[in-house]
Amino acid sequence: MRQLVASLLCGLLFGAGLALSGMINPAKVLNFLDFAGTWDPTLAFVMGGALIVAVPGFALVRRRGAPLLTGRLHLPERRDLDPRLIGGAVLFGLGWGLAGFCPGPALAALSTGTGLAAVFVVAMLAGMAIYHVAIERPAIKH
Amino acid sequence: MTTFTPISGLIGGMMIGLAAVLFLGLIGRIAGVSGIVGGVMTSLTGDTGWRLAFVLGLVLGPLAVAAVSGVMADVDIATPWPWLVLAGLLVGFGTRLGSGCTSGHGVCGLARGSGRSAGATVIFFIVAIATVYVTRHLLGGS
Repeated sequence: MRQLVASLLCGLLFGAGLALSGMINPAKVLNFLDFAGTWDPTLAFVMGGALIVAVPGFALVRRRGAPLLTGRLHLPERRDLDPRLIGGAVLFGLGWGLAGFCPGPALAALSTGTGLAAVFVVAMLAGMAIYHVAIERPAIKH
Repeated sequence: MTTFTPISGLIGGMMIGLAAVLFLGLIGRIAGVSGIVGGVMTSLTGDTGWRLAFVLGLVLGPLAVAAVSGVMADVDIATPWPWLVLAGLLVGFGTRLGSGCTSGHGVCGLARGSGRSAGATVIFFIVAIATVYVTRHLLGGS
Protein backbone atom coordinates (compact mmCIF):
# COMPACT_ATOMS: atom_id res chain seq x y z
CA MET A 1 0.00 0.00 0.00
CA ARG A 2 2.81 2.42 0.86
CA GLN A 3 4.37 1.54 -2.47
CA LEU A 4 1.20 2.54 -4.30
CA VAL A 5 1.02 5.88 -2.48
CA ALA A 6 4.72 6.53 -3.06
CA SER A 7 4.32 5.71 -6.74
CA LEU A 8 1.29 7.98 -7.05
CA LEU A 9 3.08 10.88 -5.35
CA CYS A 10 6.16 10.47 -7.55
CA GLY A 11 3.94 10.50 -10.63
CA LEU A 12 2.18 13.59 -9.29
CA LEU A 13 5.48 15.43 -8.76
CA PHE A 14 6.69 14.33 -12.18
CA GLY A 15 3.49 15.46 -13.91
CA ALA A 16 3.51 18.75 -12.01
CA GLY A 17 7.10 19.36 -13.12
CA LEU A 18 6.14 18.64 -16.71
CA ALA A 19 3.25 21.09 -16.53
CA LEU A 20 5.17 23.85 -14.74
CA SER A 21 8.06 23.62 -17.19
CA GLY A 22 5.75 23.79 -20.20
CA MET A 23 6.78 20.37 -21.44
CA ILE A 24 3.19 19.19 -21.88
CA ASN A 25 2.95 21.85 -24.59
CA PRO A 26 4.07 20.32 -27.92
CA ALA A 27 4.58 23.82 -29.35
CA LYS A 28 7.27 24.50 -26.74
CA VAL A 29 8.98 21.16 -27.34
CA LEU A 30 8.90 21.49 -31.12
CA ASN A 31 10.26 25.02 -30.84
CA PHE A 32 13.26 23.67 -28.97
CA LEU A 33 13.82 21.10 -31.71
CA ASP A 34 13.40 23.81 -34.36
CA PHE A 35 16.93 25.24 -34.33
CA ALA A 36 16.44 26.87 -37.72
CA GLY A 37 13.16 28.52 -36.78
CA THR A 38 11.36 29.88 -33.73
CA TRP A 39 13.89 28.48 -31.25
CA ASP A 40 12.79 28.18 -27.61
CA PRO A 41 15.68 26.94 -25.40
CA THR A 42 13.44 26.08 -22.43
CA LEU A 43 13.71 22.28 -22.87
CA ALA A 44 17.47 22.48 -22.26
CA PHE A 45 16.81 24.16 -18.93
CA VAL A 46 14.27 21.47 -18.04
CA MET A 47 16.76 18.71 -18.80
CA GLY A 48 19.45 20.64 -16.95
CA GLY A 49 17.26 21.06 -13.91
CA ALA A 50 16.36 17.38 -13.91
CA LEU A 51 19.99 16.29 -14.10
CA ILE A 52 21.19 18.78 -11.46
CA VAL A 53 18.95 16.90 -9.02
CA ALA A 54 19.08 13.39 -10.47
CA VAL A 55 22.83 12.96 -10.88
CA PRO A 56 23.71 13.44 -7.20
CA GLY A 57 20.36 11.96 -6.13
CA PHE A 58 20.91 8.72 -8.02
CA ALA A 59 24.45 8.45 -6.66
CA LEU A 60 23.11 8.84 -3.13
CA VAL A 61 20.43 6.18 -3.64
CA ARG A 62 22.84 3.72 -5.20
CA ARG A 63 25.36 4.19 -2.41
CA ARG A 64 22.60 3.42 0.06
CA GLY A 65 21.98 0.21 -1.89
CA ALA A 66 18.37 -0.69 -1.22
CA PRO A 67 15.15 1.31 -1.71
CA LEU A 68 13.15 2.26 1.36
CA LEU A 69 9.84 0.55 0.60
CA THR A 70 10.76 -2.48 -1.51
CA GLY A 71 13.42 -5.18 -1.71
CA ARG A 72 15.89 -4.05 -4.31
CA LEU A 73 16.85 -1.52 -6.94
CA HIS A 74 15.67 -2.51 -10.42
CA LEU A 75 18.40 -1.04 -12.59
CA PRO A 76 18.89 -1.93 -16.27
CA GLU A 77 21.93 -4.10 -16.80
CA ARG A 78 22.63 -3.91 -20.51
CA ARG A 79 25.51 -1.77 -21.67
CA ASP A 80 25.61 -2.30 -25.44
CA LEU A 81 24.12 -0.14 -28.17
CA ASP A 82 22.36 -2.86 -30.15
CA PRO A 83 20.24 -2.53 -33.34
CA ARG A 84 16.96 -2.53 -31.36
CA LEU A 85 18.08 0.35 -29.17
CA ILE A 86 19.24 2.32 -32.18
CA GLY A 87 16.22 1.45 -34.33
CA GLY A 88 13.85 2.20 -31.49
CA ALA A 89 15.49 5.55 -30.80
CA VAL A 90 15.19 6.47 -34.49
CA LEU A 91 11.49 5.60 -34.61
CA PHE A 92 10.84 7.39 -31.32
CA GLY A 93 12.71 10.48 -32.54
CA LEU A 94 10.61 10.50 -35.72
CA GLY A 95 7.36 10.37 -33.78
CA TRP A 96 8.54 12.93 -31.23
CA GLY A 97 9.59 15.31 -34.00
CA LEU A 98 6.23 14.92 -35.72
CA ALA A 99 4.05 15.53 -32.69
CA GLY A 100 6.19 17.20 -30.05
CA PHE A 101 4.82 14.62 -27.61
CA CYS A 102 6.66 11.86 -25.81
CA PRO A 103 5.02 9.40 -23.40
CA GLY A 104 5.13 11.35 -20.13
CA PRO A 105 3.93 14.73 -21.39
CA ALA A 106 1.26 13.13 -23.57
CA LEU A 107 -0.26 11.33 -20.59
CA ALA A 108 0.03 14.40 -18.38
CA ALA A 109 -1.67 16.50 -21.06
CA LEU A 110 -4.79 14.32 -20.82
CA SER A 111 -6.02 16.18 -17.73
CA THR A 112 -6.14 19.44 -19.69
CA GLY A 113 -9.00 17.93 -21.65
CA THR A 114 -7.25 18.35 -24.99
CA GLY A 115 -8.87 15.83 -27.30
CA LEU A 116 -5.93 15.62 -29.68
CA ALA A 117 -3.68 14.60 -26.79
CA ALA A 118 -6.00 11.63 -26.26
CA VAL A 119 -5.70 10.77 -29.96
CA PHE A 120 -1.92 10.65 -29.58
CA VAL A 121 -2.11 8.60 -26.37
CA VAL A 122 -4.44 6.01 -27.91
CA ALA A 123 -2.13 5.68 -30.91
CA MET A 124 0.87 5.45 -28.59
CA LEU A 125 -0.73 2.64 -26.60
CA ALA A 126 -1.54 0.90 -29.88
CA GLY A 127 2.10 1.21 -30.94
CA MET A 128 3.19 -0.30 -27.63
CA ALA A 129 0.68 -3.11 -28.04
CA ILE A 130 1.97 -3.85 -31.54
CA TYR A 131 5.49 -4.08 -30.12
CA HIS A 132 4.29 -6.38 -27.34
CA VAL A 133 2.44 -8.74 -29.66
CA ALA A 134 4.90 -8.74 -32.55
CA ILE A 135 8.23 -8.71 -30.75
CA GLU A 136 8.10 -9.01 -26.95
CA ARG A 137 5.61 -11.87 -26.48
CA PRO A 138 7.13 -14.22 -29.08
CA ALA A 139 10.53 -13.71 -27.44
CA ILE A 140 9.19 -14.55 -23.97
CA LYS A 141 7.59 -17.75 -25.20
CA HIS A 142 10.93 -18.96 -26.48
CA MET B 1 6.15 31.35 -31.05
CA THR B 2 6.51 30.21 -27.48
CA THR B 3 8.15 32.26 -24.76
CA PHE B 4 11.53 31.24 -23.40
CA THR B 5 10.83 30.46 -19.73
CA PRO B 6 14.16 29.55 -18.10
CA ILE B 7 13.04 29.82 -14.47
CA SER B 8 9.88 27.72 -14.60
CA GLY B 9 11.72 25.39 -16.96
CA LEU B 10 14.53 24.91 -14.47
CA ILE B 11 12.22 24.51 -11.47
CA GLY B 12 9.91 22.13 -13.33
CA GLY B 13 12.95 20.17 -14.45
CA MET B 14 14.20 19.93 -10.88
CA MET B 15 10.80 18.60 -9.82
CA ILE B 16 11.09 15.94 -12.51
CA GLY B 17 14.58 15.06 -11.30
CA LEU B 18 13.39 14.88 -7.71
CA ALA B 19 10.48 12.65 -8.72
CA ALA B 20 12.93 10.28 -10.41
CA VAL B 21 15.24 10.22 -7.38
CA LEU B 22 12.34 9.54 -4.99
CA PHE B 23 11.00 6.83 -7.31
CA LEU B 24 14.34 5.06 -7.26
CA GLY B 25 14.95 5.64 -3.58
CA LEU B 26 11.50 4.59 -2.41
CA ILE B 27 10.43 1.77 -4.71
CA GLY B 28 13.65 1.09 -6.56
CA ARG B 29 12.32 1.75 -10.04
CA ILE B 30 13.48 3.82 -12.99
CA ALA B 31 11.05 6.66 -13.76
CA GLY B 32 10.94 5.92 -17.47
CA VAL B 33 7.37 6.47 -18.60
CA SER B 34 7.52 4.24 -21.67
CA GLY B 35 8.81 1.37 -19.56
CA ILE B 36 6.31 1.95 -16.78
CA VAL B 37 3.37 1.99 -19.20
CA GLY B 38 4.69 -0.68 -21.56
CA GLY B 39 5.37 -2.95 -18.62
CA VAL B 40 1.64 -3.13 -17.94
CA MET B 41 1.35 -5.13 -21.16
CA THR B 42 4.18 -7.44 -20.14
CA SER B 43 1.94 -8.00 -17.10
CA LEU B 44 4.11 -9.70 -14.55
CA THR B 45 2.02 -10.82 -11.58
CA GLY B 46 1.43 -8.15 -8.97
CA ASP B 47 3.29 -5.61 -11.03
CA THR B 48 0.57 -3.40 -12.47
CA GLY B 49 -0.47 -1.60 -9.27
CA TRP B 50 2.48 0.73 -8.86
CA ARG B 51 2.60 1.31 -12.62
CA LEU B 52 -1.01 2.49 -12.79
CA ALA B 53 -0.52 4.56 -9.63
CA PHE B 54 2.40 6.40 -11.22
CA VAL B 55 0.43 7.07 -14.42
CA LEU B 56 -2.53 8.33 -12.39
CA GLY B 57 -0.22 10.73 -10.56
CA LEU B 58 1.28 11.84 -13.88
CA VAL B 59 -2.16 12.69 -15.26
CA LEU B 60 -3.17 14.53 -12.06
CA GLY B 61 0.08 16.55 -11.92
CA PRO B 62 -1.02 19.39 -14.21
CA LEU B 63 -4.26 19.69 -12.21
CA ALA B 64 -2.23 20.20 -9.04
CA VAL B 65 -0.25 22.97 -10.74
CA ALA B 66 -3.47 24.54 -12.00
CA ALA B 67 -4.94 24.43 -8.50
CA VAL B 68 -2.02 26.49 -7.21
CA SER B 69 -1.51 28.85 -10.15
CA GLY B 70 -5.17 29.23 -11.09
CA VAL B 71 -4.32 28.60 -14.75
CA MET B 72 -4.25 25.37 -16.73
CA ALA B 73 -1.03 24.80 -18.68
CA ASP B 74 -1.13 25.38 -22.43
CA VAL B 75 -1.30 22.45 -24.82
CA ASP B 76 -0.95 23.82 -28.37
CA ILE B 77 -1.14 21.07 -30.97
CA ALA B 78 -0.56 22.14 -34.56
CA THR B 79 -0.03 18.64 -35.95
CA PRO B 80 -3.03 17.38 -37.96
CA TRP B 81 -4.65 14.34 -36.35
CA PRO B 82 -3.60 11.76 -38.97
CA TRP B 83 0.03 12.72 -38.37
CA LEU B 84 -0.62 12.58 -34.61
CA VAL B 85 -1.81 9.01 -35.01
CA LEU B 86 1.30 8.10 -36.98
CA ALA B 87 3.47 9.91 -34.44
CA GLY B 88 1.79 8.07 -31.57
CA LEU B 89 2.35 4.70 -33.22
CA LEU B 90 6.02 5.56 -33.81
CA VAL B 91 6.51 6.78 -30.25
CA GLY B 92 4.74 3.78 -28.73
CA PHE B 93 6.55 1.20 -30.82
CA GLY B 94 9.89 3.03 -30.87
CA THR B 95 10.15 3.63 -27.13
CA ARG B 96 9.44 -0.04 -26.40
CA LEU B 97 11.86 -1.28 -29.05
CA GLY B 98 14.49 1.18 -27.88
CA SER B 99 13.91 0.43 -24.19
CA GLY B 100 13.18 4.02 -23.20
CA CYS B 101 12.19 7.62 -23.88
CA THR B 102 13.15 11.11 -22.74
CA SER B 103 12.52 10.27 -19.08
CA GLY B 104 13.96 6.76 -19.09
CA HIS B 105 17.03 7.40 -21.22
CA GLY B 106 17.26 11.18 -21.20
CA VAL B 107 16.85 11.81 -17.48
CA CYS B 108 17.37 8.52 -15.62
CA GLY B 109 19.83 6.95 -18.04
CA LEU B 110 22.05 10.00 -18.22
CA ALA B 111 21.82 10.48 -14.45
CA ARG B 112 23.16 6.95 -13.91
CA GLY B 113 25.94 7.50 -16.41
CA SER B 114 24.64 4.91 -18.86
CA GLY B 115 26.46 4.97 -22.20
CA ARG B 116 23.58 3.05 -23.71
CA SER B 117 21.14 5.77 -22.69
CA ALA B 118 23.50 8.50 -23.83
CA GLY B 119 23.62 6.86 -27.25
CA ALA B 120 19.85 6.50 -27.44
CA THR B 121 19.33 10.09 -26.28
CA VAL B 122 21.71 11.52 -28.87
CA ILE B 123 19.99 9.49 -31.59
CA PHE B 124 16.42 10.42 -30.78
CA PHE B 125 17.29 14.08 -30.34
CA ILE B 126 19.10 14.24 -33.68
CA VAL B 127 16.28 12.41 -35.48
CA ALA B 128 13.66 14.62 -33.84
CA ILE B 129 15.55 17.78 -34.80
CA ALA B 130 15.90 16.54 -38.38
CA THR B 131 12.20 15.65 -38.49
CA VAL B 132 11.20 19.13 -37.33
CA TYR B 133 13.56 20.68 -39.88
CA VAL B 134 12.02 18.66 -42.70
CA THR B 135 8.39 19.23 -41.69
CA ARG B 136 8.73 22.92 -40.84
CA HIS B 137 11.30 24.17 -43.31
CA LEU B 138 11.47 21.78 -46.23
CA LEU B 139 7.87 20.61 -46.57
CA GLY B 140 6.33 23.91 -45.55
CA GLY B 141 4.76 23.11 -42.23
CA SER B 142 2.93 20.37 -40.36
